[in-house]
Amino acid sequence: MAPPSTRRPGFSRRAQYGLFLGYVVAVGGILFALLLLVVATVDPTGFRALKGAALDATRPVASAGHGISTFFSGIFDSIGNYLGAGAQNAELKRRLAAERRALVQAKATELDNRRLKAMLKLTEEVHEPVAVTTITGSSFDSVRRLATLAAGASSGIELGEPVRAPEGLIGRVIERGRWASRVLLVSDAASNVPVRLVRDGTPAIATGHGDGTIDLKTLEVGRNPFRRGDVLVTSGIGGIYPPNIPVAVVAAIDGDRTVAKPLADPSRVDYAMVLKVYQPVAGEPLSPQTTQALQGADQ
Amino acid sequence: MSRIAGSTRDVAIWGFRRQTVPILSTLAACLIDLFPIVASSPLIPDFAYLVLLAWRLLRPELWVAWMGLPLGLFDDLVAGHPLGQSMALWTLTFLIFDLVDSRVGWRDYWMDWFFASLAILGYIAGTWYVARMMGSRVDPIVLAPQFALSVFAYPLVARIVIALDRWRLSR
Repeated sequence: MAPPSTRRPGFSRRAQYGLFLGYVVAVGGILFALLLLVVATVDPTGFRALKGAALDATRPVASAGHGISTFFSGIFDSIGNYLGAGAQNAELKRRLAAERRALVQAKATELDNRRLKAMLKLTEEVHEPVAVTTITGSSFDSVRRLATLAAGASSGIELGEPVRAPEGLIGRVIERGRWASRVLLVSDAASNVPVRLVRDGTPAIATGHGDGTIDLKTLEVGRNPFRRGDVLVTSGIGGIYPPNIPVAVVAAIDGDRTVAKPLADPSRVDYAMVLKVYQPVAGEPLSPQTTQALQGADQ
Repeated sequence: MSRIAGSTRDVAIWGFRRQTVPILSTLAACLIDLFPIVASSPLIPDFAYLVLLAWRLLRPELWVAWMGLPLGLFDDLVAGHPLGQSMALWTLTFLIFDLVDSRVGWRDYWMDWFFASLAILGYIAGTWYVARMMGSRVDPIVLAPQFALSVFAYPLVARIVIALDRWRLSR
């Protein structure tokens, strides 16, 4: 149907102006929101205070429900366990035997390592976690893969710090309130974690795919170095994530594309540990001398 | 309850309910994001947007177009979207539906569903683009299940909104 020739809401001037003003405000508001988005692209940590306050305000609701969610996922787990008990038993026995063999080997390697390190006079740095907390929620209806933690600045958490569970790496802190913080999960497409293959040390980059899996990219050309079941750990390159935290296990290989599954499932982990940035210098801006040297090399 | 207001207090309570139920129900739908569900892929519909859409299609005269700004700001803050994402997309939805209403003379149940599906598609594409701007380059196919579920969840949400609307206007 063609639109009516006039969209006036009647003869009242006041109503006409009101309607017009409403549209002006709406269009202006959209432009303002787009501006906010552009600002957020340039500086993702902008509006820190506002977003932190929102995180804090919503925390009580979020943490109250943690028990409920573990209860529900527990139900599904136990049904699955009951159905697959026999096959699981056989599989576990086989795995236990393999693990035992690997354990003996690992012990021998550890002794070797200690001896070599003593020779080189290297000291093992022990990284105490900044905070141990729980995951209280996630952005389950959005493209982004983000989770919320029940601890924030009051527990000493800083922006950019890595988060892990006993099972493996979870992600890193991107927003922070006083009592809650938000984590960019390793399965988010904006997350890039430098990893290496445990088997032979091949370096790779683990980028999230957005659907709970991780894409592995290696610098090698022509040959895919990954095999199904390969485990990847952080390499420590880049200085954010401490080395040797398990990240993912290779689930499928499709030509050049390697799909891995994260080892720490944020919906199941009991605790999340926030760690210090591996080398804090990595997050700081370059010194004037370095910048000058780099720019000099550019010209 | 009597159908005739017995006192000015009754009138005040009914008036308050009539005006605040749509806003409060939308804000409540935003709070669904705080449920302690940790999902590994985007599957669950954005109920806040579905409720907003259902109110808009049921009562076009209820909200002026800029109501999307404060409601969207609340959703952005609660859900942790980049500030401005829901503000822009929700207000844009209202403006587009104002245009659609001036073009389309009548709407029935199926037309509502059809327009809602188009709006959901636009909304999901919008969130996908914003995520891309923020450095999260997701394969669009990952969002297909969420779109399908949202389209089928819309009639359910619309039912709930209609029930709320009846209660809001009842006396």
